[in-house]
Amino acid sequence: MFFTAWNSSELVKKATQKGKKRLLLTPTTFCLIHSTDFADRYERQILPLLRAGYIVLCDRYYYTAFARDITRGCKPEWVHNLYSFAVKPDITFWFRVPLETALGRILGGRQKLKFFEAGMDMRLADNERESFAKFQALIHQQYERMSKEYNFTVMDAAQPIETQQEKMRRIIAEQIDLPAFKLRPKGRKP
Amino acid sequence: MSARRFYGPGIPGVNPADLRGKLIVIEGPDGSGRSTQIDMLTDWLEARGHAIAQMGLRRSTLVSGELESAKAGNILSKTTMSLFYATDFADQLENRIIPALKAGFIVLADRYIYTLMARDIVRGADPAWVEDLYGIALVPDAVFSLRVRPENLVERVFQKSQQLDHWESGMDLGLDLDMFKSFIKYKRRLQRLFDGMRKRYDFHVVNGNRSARAIQKELRREIEKVVGTAEPVAS
Repeated sequence: MFFTAWNSSELVKKATQKGKKRLLLTPTTFCLIHSTDFADRYERQILPLLRAGYIVLCDRYYYTAFARDITRGCKPEWVHNLYSFAVKPDITFWFRVPLETALGRILGGRQKLKFFEAGMDMRLADNERESFAKFQALIHQQYERMSKEYNFTVMDAAQPIETQQEKMRRIIAEQIDLPAFKLRPKGRKP
Repeated sequence: MSARRFYGPGIPGVNPADLRGKLIVIEGPDGSGRSTQIDMLTDWLEARGHAIAQMGLRRSTLVSGELESAKAGNILSKTTMSLFYATDFADQLENRIIPALKAGFIVLADRYIYTLMARDIVRGADPAWVEDLYGIALVPDAVFSLRVRPENLVERVFQKSQQLDHWESGMDLGLDLDMFKSFIKYKRRLQRLFDGMRKRYDFHVVNGNRSARAIQKELRREIEKVVGTAEPVAS
């Protein structure tokens, strides 16, 4: 088993951070630099691990990019082609929360939103909180659409964590032959 | 001349019709005399009263420094490298080429998407994927491809820097452990890819085995067809 999260390659991270800090990014370069970062992690970690027979848990995948970049105005076919080098996940869980709940959770716990995170580049509103709410509403629509198109396993994220965890475990156990992925004790032949 | 357009979906929010300048591309391997030709063209066009802007690979504000480090360390895989270069290109396209064309400049590009595409394809990228990736690019008004025999290229590279470069010799491809042989093989492969692109992308192929003056003469003759034969501005 291996775990990977969005946005982690050192060299590409440097460029991405610079772009964000100095507000150098356009929808196209925003999309390309994040796909570069994804490709780096994909080619160094995800793909070799899959080849070696691991189960890889990804905290977000290319769907995050699809939703964000298409909302920013990139053409869907172009963005899809960009990421076509990556395998389609065996299971995609989507933690679905009503938009208001998600906004409440994020806006409640945060003093300040970052420029691109709030979607300020899209000029939806002139203050970060209002812009973020509008931006998230558009992204939410993209997820709703993708959830059907890509057959997401939808999780009701308003439920207690234990209930969600139980459901995920059941779904994974049903769809993946878990015993086949068991680590073999060292020194013993399979 | 046909209307300005992108190869594919282009850049969101940019209307090609607003780009009234001219985009002229000079392609050719290192040692083909590209920069010399571009410098001469710049002087000539400026003397005629045109405003000139230049672009080249790995010159973006956004990622050029990081690309430099990636080359030095050989640490990025092929798809990552392709996308990193595409980011560099897109940044220059949006922040340099498009504003200059809007303002009516003549943009001289020291290489363009074709070199990037050929490098990716020679490293195993799917040609359809690469082509789609560069659907963001503007179709230039003219593309000149300087064609030089690999044997002549080697000589010019040695004259300039006394040694062959790891990447320019395609050493990462494992074609040959002998750097000289690898260089020749790599350049041949790239040349074959360029020959294949010739028709599709409407290249004007220039025989680069001649003197700089002869090449310049041919380039000027062809570029006049694009920018007109206007008299130099009165001093």
